[in-house]
Amino acid sequence: MSDMMNVSSNPHIRSKVTTDKIMLCVVLALLPAAGFGVWNFGLYALWQILLTIAACVLAEAIYDLLMKKKMTVTDFSAVVTGLLLALNMPPAAPLWVGPLGGVFAIIIVKMLFGGLGQNFMNPALAARCFLVISFPAIMTNFDCDAYSGATPLASLKAGEVVNVFNMVIGRTSGTIGETSMIAIVAGACFLIMLGIIDLKIPASYIITFILFYGFFGGYGFDPYRLSAQLAGGGLMLGAFFMATDYVTRPVTKKGQIVFGIILGLLTGIFRVFGASAEGVSYSIIIGNMLTPLITKYTAPKAFGEGGERI
Amino acid sequence: MNKCIERLNNGIIKENPTLVLMLGMCPTLAVTTSAINGLGMGLTTTVVLTLSNIIIAALRGVIPDKIRIPAFIVIIASFVTMMQLLLQAYIPSLYKALGIYIPLIVVNCIILGRAEAYAYKNPVLPSLFDGLGMGLGFTLALTLIGLIREFIGGCSAFGYELNLFTPVAIFKMAPGAFFVLALLTAIQNQVKITGEKKGKDVSRIQSGCGADCASCMVGDCAERTVPAITEEAVVTKEAVVTEEAAGNEETAATGESAVNTETVEAASEDNKSEEVQA
Repeated sequence: MSDMMNVSSNPHIRSKVTTDKIMLCVVLALLPAAGFGVWNFGLYALWQILLTIAACVLAEAIYDLLMKKKMTVTDFSAVVTGLLLALNMPPAAPLWVGPLGGVFAIIIVKMLFGGLGQNFMNPALAARCFLVISFPAIMTNFDCDAYSGATPLASLKAGEVVNVFNMVIGRTSGTIGETSMIAIVAGACFLIMLGIIDLKIPASYIITFILFYGFFGGYGFDPYRLSAQLAGGGLMLGAFFMATDYVTRPVTKKGQIVFGIILGLLTGIFRVFGASAEGVSYSIIIGNMLTPLITKYTAPKAFGEGGERI
Repeated sequence: MNKCIERLNNGIIKENPTLVLMLGMCPTLAVTTSAINGLGMGLTTTVVLTLSNIIIAALRGVIPDKIRIPAFIVIIASFVTMMQLLLQAYIPSLYKALGIYIPLIVVNCIILGRAEAYAYKNPVLPSLFDGLGMGLGFTLALTLIGLIREFIGGCSAFGYELNLFTPVAIFKMAPGAFFVLALLTAIQNQVKITGEKKGKDVSRIQSGCGADCASCMVGDCAERTVPAITEEAVVTKEAVVTEEAAGNEETAATGESAVNTETVEAASEDNKSEEVQA
């Protein structure tokens, strides 16, 4: 039958861009940030990254084998999850913490909900929040060989002076991959040029955050504080690499802008009024959970629909 | 006596209120931070459930059909108040740990459900064992959830510190309750599916209503809760008889309800694909 007629449902024109190619590009785009993290924090950070990625890939492979499902590790999404999670780890965390988070991200957040495309929130961020709640002492301790003391955002919140130039370059304490604004933006530019992500979510996110901080931060639009807030913490990594996750962002263009605005507001609220200095991961997870609603209310009307009924 | 053992087995395993019927989720999720709390909550509920089942079964000929729910509530609330005072007097630590969830046993849907589905239609002795079985099933599930949460989240068991690994604190918080409950329910389903494949009978035993409330397609109990104000008021005795007959029919209709669920699922899938196209 199939020899005679090729009966298939739409879409009939298929893009050559496949999931594994996109994921590979995301891995490539994250390499500058990861490389900078390793250079900044030492070889221990490299071990953390490699072990976390290995745990993610292995967890997915074992789950597929046990549940007798099609092997899905070749789509590189587990690598991206592992890499993103590792970039969100403090540089001196014990080596078992990252892999544990990776297993949680893959098994509980992704595979139990049906695998890639069905996960309702970003696996890497969910795992990070899981780790922060489970091991608060480990996950908020940013002391390592290279640096000691609080992260720049925490110092800023405590009223101390921070060096914005070092923050932009990334020579500060923080998680492995979030410190260098330059490396992250370079990777993001690579993805934008390839058309894998666009600026709708990051731009609306960052602009909303700037406006919120300007109006409610208590210092007005002070360039020193604003640039420190933008360069510090996980804002850049979150805005370019995690909020733009295909699975957990709204599908519609309007929805993506609304999504970015919500994330900006939430991050602003957490950073200005929250007890902790950082709030990017929680904002993105909350945004992820609003995604179905946003998509529903911003869905474009089909041609011919929506006219006034007589 | 056979029926009594069957009731125990039904409550503890076949129709475990927490893991199969999915009833009483509020205390299940809230108080199971440790095995002791789960055990205490489960046993308290068991006592209330057994006593209220006995009283309701004994009074089933006296309680008028129209106001049976308020009557059940009065009976249950009396026993809960007694239990609350006893706990406060003799086990103050448990009383403190359970807090608001002791008075909330009044609205535990297992107790009201057993009163409505079983005790109101059956003699005293089977009702007693039904309450005991359901209560012990609830206790077993709660203790198990509490034990797992306590072990992973605090690295201890029944209050004894073990110090084997770094505790994963999230299991002591609300998300941990959901993780563990989901895991146990999944294991229970898996056991049931493998049992079914081997040809074991896993169908629900008659317990007033054959369908589980979560995916109820029969909707008969809703009719019973809000009875039509017509002939029933005149001939209450006959109504009770026909209800019992209807109860027996329902067990036969369980298969039919499963078919209904399937069609509904298929319909919702159709809706989804339409949405995607839109």
